[in-house]
Amino acid sequence: MLSLKMALRSIGANKMRAVLTMLGIIIGVMALVVLVSLVNGATSSVTDTISSLGSSLLTVTIEDDKGQPIDAQTLEDWRQNEEELGQIAPFVTDSVTGSANGESGTVTVYGTTPEYYDIQGLQLAMGRWLKASDLDNHTYVCVINETAAEELIGYTDCVGQAITLNQTKYTVVGVLAEEEDNLTSVFTSGSMVAYLPYTSLVRLSTTASPEITSFYVSAPENGTVEQAEAAMNRILMERFEQDEDAFEVSSQDALENAMSSVTSMLTVMLGGIAGISLVVGGIGIMNIMLVTVTERTREIGIRKAIGASRGTILIQFLMEAVVLCMMGCCLGIFLSWAILQVVNTVVASLDMVFHLNLPVVLIAVGFCFVIGLVFGLYPANKAAKMKPIDALHYGG
Amino acid sequence: MIDIKDLCKVYLVGDERVRALDHATLHIYPKEFVSIVGPSGSGKSTLMNIIGCLDVADVGSYHLDNLPIESYTENQLAQIRNQKIGFVFQSFNLIPKLTAEENVELPLIYQKVPRAQRVERVKAALERVGLSKRAKHLPTELSGGQQQRVAIARAIVTRPKLILADEPTGALDSKTSQEIMDIFHELHHQGNTIVLITHDPNVAKQASRSIHILDGRITEVKA
Repeated sequence: MLSLKMALRSIGANKMRAVLTMLGIIIGVMALVVLVSLVNGATSSVTDTISSLGSSLLTVTIEDDKGQPIDAQTLEDWRQNEEELGQIAPFVTDSVTGSANGESGTVTVYGTTPEYYDIQGLQLAMGRWLKASDLDNHTYVCVINETAAEELIGYTDCVGQAITLNQTKYTVVGVLAEEEDNLTSVFTSGSMVAYLPYTSLVRLSTTASPEITSFYVSAPENGTVEQAEAAMNRILMERFEQDEDAFEVSSQDALENAMSSVTSMLTVMLGGIAGISLVVGGIGIMNIMLVTVTERTREIGIRKAIGASRGTILIQFLMEAVVLCMMGCCLGIFLSWAILQVVNTVVASLDMVFHLNLPVVLIAVGFCFVIGLVFGLYPANKAAKMKPIDALHYGG
Repeated sequence: MIDIKDLCKVYLVGDERVRALDHATLHIYPKEFVSIVGPSGSGKSTLMNIIGCLDVADVGSYHLDNLPIESYTENQLAQIRNQKIGFVFQSFNLIPKLTAEENVELPLIYQKVPRAQRVERVKAALERVGLSKRAKHLPTELSGGQQQRVAIARAIVTRPKLILADEPTGALDSKTSQEIMDIFHELHHQGNTIVLITHDPNVAKQASRSIHILDGRITEVKA
């Protein structure tokens, strides 16, 4: 405690120099804390957006059916027998040329089943969604999105109109509402989309086959996606002779995982760069401590003459270096906080909030402490090693 | 108290070997007031450094309070200085950014004396040199005589076996010098052992015994 007080006094005796010395540490800490906090703030904002798109969904893709293709009946059996699974909707996609009223363009078509509507959380603007009877009868009906309605037909209210997809006429039975918070809409906004009964698309498209190779699975109301994912993996492992390469079950968590691995790499990289500037700050501290030790040679001599041991002197100067570092660290953290407040005000409209990242603050504090110790050790040891008689007669 | 036998110390100045001490032998008894007198370059500073355990001789033996000083490590010597010796220097050697009482307190901190006791002993020591009222002042706010009194207070606060004064009046005018010398007399009467190093015969003769030194040799001992 006493050595802490002494350290504070000798730092206080030369405030201007102390602040200049600390500057390196202050800037280093600021760089570290602000950059990492910004990255984390941005990440959590993006991750929030991704998870708001709905992550209660599994996408299953079959790579190799091993001669046991999955058909609609298989999916129906799973849905009824497996408690961990909610709804299942097979889908197949293709790009076809769509035309109506002389307008034409590329339309992305999804062949699917009625369950798709609930699983994807779609909203109809008007008309109806696909029905089970549409599948059974291979009817030529489709549900289109607003973009398709406006570009092909010219207006949204087009239920009952016909559009031509690859020379086959389809009756529009429903138009989807344009949605903002839906993963599908992120990928499909601005492009024309049509949803067809799975069975109808198989006839229309040359690439689609009655064998189902991809489908969505949702979790039941009383279960989690994790449980559904585990169940799906178990079922498919059994079916495909324990070959995990034959299929892929992915949830949107995978997207979040990819995102977080990118940002954690970014965090480490930026943190590393900021860490380097902290080390540079530490060298500044060592430099000033060496000057201080030389300036105070006589004081060291007096202290040694009246009985200070090597250890006492070492601790005194080490304490000064560490205190200097920690003061710089605290100032840096405070300034970081201030900067983040300013950033928050500036980007208030962007729906992003940046907080001081507690782990990085703790890391900064720990790192500054270590830097104070490491770079204070050499000057402090130099002071401790002085011979009392030489130090006492230094400079007169 | 002090038992010095055949002490030699050689310094290398450039290529020249300077015999700062040449087989010096002397004894100082408890409660004595002894002055060590000699012109500059006579080796008296070297002797004082060795007596003060700031330096160690090349050859010879030195016992302080029956402790064989040559056999101790640097840290042990620091402890001996702290507990057994009180230093008073010509240039006062106070720490400029500490107040008078903090300067006096310092050796007690190194002795790890508890705080309550420190405060009490610092107060008593400052009272003894007549500086109670200046306790909170920085050295720069004090006159030379006052600074030297603070230094004396610092020397006696640990109740040392030996008070070692190196030209304590060298930087002071004659009136102040006498005041400082009076303090030393008082301390002597109270039973302290005092070794005073000086080049000034007038100061030296105030001691009960004078030891003269020239070219590193003890030349005469006057009662």
